[in-house]
Amino acid sequence: MATDTPSANNIRVSASPSAAYFRAVFAVAWKDLAAELRSRELLSAMLVFSVLVLLIFYFALELDIKARMDITAGALWVTFAFAGTLGLNRSMAIEKDRGCLDGLLLAPVDRSAIYFGKTISNLAFMLVVEAIVLPLYSVMYNVNLFHPGLLGVTLLGSVGYAAVGTLLAAMSVQTRTRDVLLPILLFPVIIPVLVAAVKASSGFLTGAEMVEITPWVNILLVYDVIFIAVAFMVFDFVVEE
Amino acid sequence: MIEVRKLVKRFGLKNVLRGLDFDVQAGEFVALLGPNGAGKTTFLRILASLSRPSLGQVSVAGYKLPAQAAAVRRRLGVVSHLPLLYGDLTAEENLQFYGRMYDLQNIEARINDVLDMVGLSARRRDLVRTFSRGMQQRLAIGRAVLHDPDVMLFDEPYTGLDQDASEMLDEVLKNVAAAGRTVVMTSHDLARAEDLATRFDVLSRGVIAASASRVELENSNLLTFYKQALAG
Repeated sequence: MATDTPSANNIRVSASPSAAYFRAVFAVAWKDLAAELRSRELLSAMLVFSVLVLLIFYFALELDIKARMDITAGALWVTFAFAGTLGLNRSMAIEKDRGCLDGLLLAPVDRSAIYFGKTISNLAFMLVVEAIVLPLYSVMYNVNLFHPGLLGVTLLGSVGYAAVGTLLAAMSVQTRTRDVLLPILLFPVIIPVLVAAVKASSGFLTGAEMVEITPWVNILLVYDVIFIAVAFMVFDFVVEE
Repeated sequence: MIEVRKLVKRFGLKNVLRGLDFDVQAGEFVALLGPNGAGKTTFLRILASLSRPSLGQVSVAGYKLPAQAAAVRRRLGVVSHLPLLYGDLTAEENLQFYGRMYDLQNIEARINDVLDMVGLSARRRDLVRTFSRGMQQRLAIGRAVLHDPDVMLFDEPYTGLDQDASEMLDEVLKNVAAAGRTVVMTSHDLARAEDLATRFDVLSRGVIAASASRVELENSNLLTFYKQALAG
């Protein structure tokens, strides 16, 4: 249980560093979600973009039922990836534009707490968009997407995407060309996630054997763990001048 | 309270700070003056642990930078010309957020005190984006003193404020200093600096070119002192 200790002056702070760390993580995530609930500027941009991509696929491709099943995984992950980039860019730009990134960096917590807080909120935004895009795609293309395996892959892929994307967005936001730079940095690094997510999603949708799908799911798991660990170690250096 | 020895900061091949020495005693209010590009903001960012020194020693409140940066940050409040506030959160929510980042207990009581101090209690539930620039700057000061820091750094806090807002900010700054905090403020506004500070340092070409206390300047004029420091 945390006990009181004197801080610099008469304001008291918790004595447990790990509790303080987790409180900071959730404070950052809470702040992003609360601000987005008010403005809805980030989610609305991501959603409109996603729906437009789906419509473009819908009108551009004359598809029979088999072709639809074949392209579904690719179409979905292209949509998630591009919409996710929009969200990542905006999420970090909000911090930079009003100097709030400095406000975060001035807090006396390990800076990885800021990274994890931002990653959680970016992941939440992606999952909200996916929760709307999946049923919409299902209706438009008459494809059943409510497969537990597919939902699990979507979650794992999104975790990897948010983990890498948040780190690279923190890097690119320091530059003048941040809007252009993020996709250029992100897409080469995220290719393993996209390929594994598309292959695993496609496997679940076409009813492939688990032995064919498992290696792709393992790649997603390993990628998520490695990049979360790397981000934990390097975030402090990424955000410092 | 602040001790800086032979501080050098390089950006590429350019030396912005060139062996700067600087000392501030507890409770002093130092106005750091200098022309644009003198390195005032760079220096304050180093003191705030937002930027690493290239060479030299820096300690704030007895803790060394960058090695003990977290301990320094707990004892430091920073106000810049940007508010460091979230427009889509209310004044109260902004302070709650920063209170959690500093892991403060009894946040609500402290928020009440701070909002009273900066005269924004009546607007506590309003979104910050609806605030005027002056109100945002007052709330920014509230954010910076929320954790009751020993040392306050102000980087051009009057930028963009009209006359009324500047006068209101004067009062808030006087309250901050009256609480016994050590303050370093950069400013181009010599009249305001003269009104508030107990010591005046001129930063020019990457070093402290001149330093004088209020007492030493009693029979002189700050503008003359400033011009002589830049000329010398």
